[in-house]
This record gives sequence, structure tokens and C-alpha cells, in this order.
Amino acid sequence: MTDQELIKRKLDYSLHLADTTLILSQRNAEWCGHGPVLEQDIAITNISLDLVGQARNFYQYAAELINQSNDKPIHPATEDSLAYLRTEREFKNCLLVEQPNEDWAQTILRQFFFSNYQFLLYQELQKSNDRQLAAIAEKSLKEVTYHLRWSSEWVIRLGDGTAESHQRMLQAIDELWRYTGELLNAAEYEKEAGTDPSLFQPQWLSKVKEVFDEATLPVPEKTFMQSGGKTGTHTEHLGFILTELQYIQRAYPDSQW
Amino acid sequence: MPVQDFEQLFQDKIDNEIKIEPKDWMPEAYRKTNIRQISQHAHSEIVGMLPEGNWISRAPSLKRKAILLAKVQDEAGHGLYLYSAAETLGMPREEMINDLHSGKAKYSSIFNYPTLTWADIGAIGWLVDGAAIMNQVMLTRTSYGPYARAMVRICKEESFHQRQGFEILLVLSRGTTAQKAMCQDAINRWWWPALMMFGPKDSESTNSDQSMKWKIKRKTNDELRQNFVDMIAEQIKTLGMKLPDDQLKWNTERKHYDFGEIDWDEFWQVVKGNGPCNKQRLEARRKAWENGEWVREAAAAYARKRADRQKDKAA
Ligand SMILES: [Fe+2]
Ligand SMILES: [Fe+2]
Ligand SMILES: [Fe+2]
Repeated sequence: MTDQELIKRKLDYSLHLADTTLILSQRNAEWCGHGPVLEQDIAITNISLDLVGQARNFYQYAAELINQSNDKPIHPATEDSLAYLRTEREFKNCLLVEQPNEDWAQTILRQFFFSNYQFLLYQELQKSNDRQLAAIAEKSLKEVTYHLRWSSEWVIRLGDGTAESHQRMLQAIDELWRYTGELLNAAEYEKEAGTDPSLFQPQWLSKVKEVFDEATLPVPEKTFMQSGGKTGTHTEHLGFILTELQYIQRAYPDSQW
Repeated sequence: MPVQDFEQLFQDKIDNEIKIEPKDWMPEAYRKTNIRQISQHAHSEIVGMLPEGNWISRAPSLKRKAILLAKVQDEAGHGLYLYSAAETLGMPREEMINDLHSGKAKYSSIFNYPTLTWADIGAIGWLVDGAAIMNQVMLTRTSYGPYARAMVRICKEESFHQRQGFEILLVLSRGTTAQKAMCQDAINRWWWPALMMFGPKDSESTNSDQSMKWKIKRKTNDELRQNFVDMIAEQIKTLGMKLPDDQLKWNTERKHYDFGEIDWDEFWQVVKGNGPCNKQRLEARRKAWENGEWVREAAAAYARKRADRQKDKAA
């Protein structure tokens, strides 16, 4: 691979990390002001805030890569140009994070699947020889550790709570399990510029088993897994998310905010 | 001791600036007034999350999104401290929330106005948090200890919010023609409702005298409103924008700004529930609470199971 090719892979990888954290932040923020109880309203908003912070770090790094490359644009890339002016097919987030909140059960389960993955990912990434990515991962690991603990506790609470909450968790598993395969299946750019997540698939699964066990929830059998988000083929939800997210920048181009 | 002596002792404490604490004797009316005021304040923080929360998904930059998320989260935190302060007077949080949902308890009318553009987020921070600070700085010295202490924490964050709101408007005021227009429009719409936040005129205010005597309040509505006008009339010069009041003018004798008459019809209509968003705000709160019921039940059921299991283990 030439240097230019490697930079392109690195850029795709950083954008993938940025998009994934941004979209989940955007979804979690929908709860702000509407949570089931004040303390949890604060908790989910806090997770959203952590994730948008991580997204900014990755976008800033991606912008640097673009601005240093041979075919750098006339207007330098910024965290905002990357978040606000790319299209549905350019976004590289995993499908899981764009799925709707629905109820607290589905939101919690999405967070648990994701934080479980992100925890393992950042542990690897902090050893990366890409200094910047390693630094972001290291800095974020404390937050992610908390997200994982918080979401694990809620999976257990809802799974082993009432008949209704148990039922809602089963429903959430049914909705979301099919999007977990993609988390752990590497896209080209992950293998070449980052960490191959299939390497920690066994740890991911054993954490799910441990938590589901305590939650009295079944781990699904092997089923067909949806994928495509990492390379820009999304579910229909993403278009709506971006429409809202990008509205002001699209309506008032070339303005400072 | 006869009740009269208790009352004398209580008033002596207040006169000597000794804070009233939860376990101290207090007149029933003092307790009630504090519960009403603190819970109303808590509800305002919570309902206030809605108009601003509206814009989190649409914030125009990632930095603004992060700041707004943190701000709305702060307001939730304020609600939490205040509910806790009210609970020290013997009122459970759930009961306060039910009173909000039934319409029995009030919250600040300002949140019954809609946030129509991004500039509204700036205007709310600058004018609404700004007006709130006037009131809250005074309340850091209120006579009920837990309320005063909650206010000290809250005030620090509110002045942050005000600066951030002003900064949003400052950027707009130096931006494109469309941004400048957006900025002025938001100021036009929020100015009068912000002045209404201080409540009726002193001459019309019913529970002011007793509250002053008990030092629950330490300044009258009109005094606070005047302080606010004086502050904003100066700050707006930096923005190069105008307040929508032809009568706004520095009065050299009074050493204060004169300003026009508030539309008190509008004020009372919004208080009565006829503001542009009263219905939506209450519905959003009720819906969040109802949709959360199964979650709260599950959490309680799980906590009971855990406690039982621990008891079994111990036995
Ligand atoms: Fe506030
Ligand atoms: Fe507040
Ligand atoms: Fe505030």
C-alpha cells in the first residue's frame, strides 16, 4: 500500500469512529427532557455528551488528515464540515447506532451492545501505533467503562425486573441482535488502519452471556446479521437523522455559529 | 412553650439572619410557602428543559451541541437539588410531580413560549437565565437553609448559561444578514416574556409582604425587574441590537432605565394556561412520566428482589 492509500484508509477509519459515536450521541440525546426518571434523564444525556466529545476528537483528527493530504480541499476540512456536510452514503457508522430509541429497553440494550464493543475496541486502540487514535481511545476509556457498567446494570434490572420489563427486553433483543454482527466484522479500512474487531468477538460474546445470564435473558442462536453501515449502505433511519442534524448548516451555508 | 413563643423565637432567628433548618419549628404557612415556591422552582427547571432540548438535535455545530447538551443537563440537575430541598419540608417528590401534571402546581410561564430558531437558544440563555439569576442571587440568602444552599450551587451554573447564551447571540450579531435578523427577531420575542418572569407589579402581588418579613424573598418583584432592565439595556449595546421598547430610556434622576408597560393581559392569559405552548409542555412531561412508569416499576421490583436475596443469604 502506498502512503496515500494508507492515509485514505486511516481517514475512512477515523470517520467511521467519528460517525458511529456522533449518531449514537444524537439518538441518546432524544431522551433529554423525556427520561423515565430525572436521575436517568441525566445519565443518558451524560452518555450522549461523552459520545459527542469523542466524535469531535475523531472528526478533528480526520480533518487534519484531509488537510495534510496531497489533494487537500480549497476550504480546509473541519469537524463541522465533516459532520454536517457529508451525505447518507458517505457516513460510515454501524447500523446498530442509527436504530430508533423506541422504549427504554431498546435504548438500554443498544447502549449495552455498543459499550461492550467500544470498551474492547478502545482497549486495543489505545495500543495503536497511531498516536492520536491511541490517545483518544485512552482518554475515552474511563467514560466507556462507566457506560458499560451503567447499561449492564440496566439490562439486568429490566431483564430481572417485572414481567413487562422482561418482555420488553425480549422484544429489544429481537429487534437489535441482527445489528450486532456488523460491530465485530471488520471492514477493509479497519483491518488496514485500525483494529480488527473480530479478534475480540469471543470476549464480546462472553460479556453478553454473563450479563444476560444475570438478567435471566436468553442469548439468541446464530441468525442472519445485517451489515453495510461501515461502508455507507444504511437503514432508512439515517437519512432522517442527518436531515435534522445538518439542517442549519445546509439552510445557511458558509456561516459561523 | 405556647405557640406564640415559638413564633417569636422563629422570627428572632430570621431577624438575626440565622437560617431555618428542616428540623426547626416553623409556622405552617412558612412551610407551605416554601414548599410551593421551591417545588415551583424545581418544576420550572424541568419544564425548561423542553424548549431548549428541542434544539439539541439541530444545533448548528458540534461545539454548540455539546454546550447545549451540558446546559440542559445542568437544568435537570437543578431540578434534582430543588426537589431534594423541598423534600426536606416533608413533601415527597412523586407528590410534587403529580401536582405539576394535574395542573395544581405552577412552573415559570416563560417556558410556555416556543423556540422557533437557533437564535432563541441564545436569547433564552441571555435573557431567561439572566432574569432567573437576578432572582436566584437573592435566593442564596433566603431564610430556609436547604433552599439557600441549593441556590449557591445553582447560581454558579446559571451565570455560565447566561454567558454562553450571550455568546451565541454575539456570533449571530456579527454574522450574515440572515443571522443578524434571526438574532433581532429572537430578542424581540423573548424580551417582554422575560420581563414578566419577575411576576406581577408590587402593587398587585398578593403574598409579597409576608414573604419579605420571613425573608423568603429579599427584594420585591419591581426591584428585581428594574435591576434586570438596567443590566440588559447595557449589555445589548455590545450586540448592536435593539430592545423592542420605544420607552426604554436612561433616567438621570432615578439612575435607572425607564421602560414601557408590560402587557398584563398576556401575562395572566399565559398563567391561566393559554400561552402558546402550555398544553404541549404539560403533555410532554405527562407522557415522559407515563412512559417511564414500567421502568420505575421494574427498577423497584428488581431492588426488592435483590434485597430479599441478600436477606436470604444473611439468614
Ligand atoms: Fe433555569
Ligand atoms: Fe437552572
Ligand atoms: Fe440555566
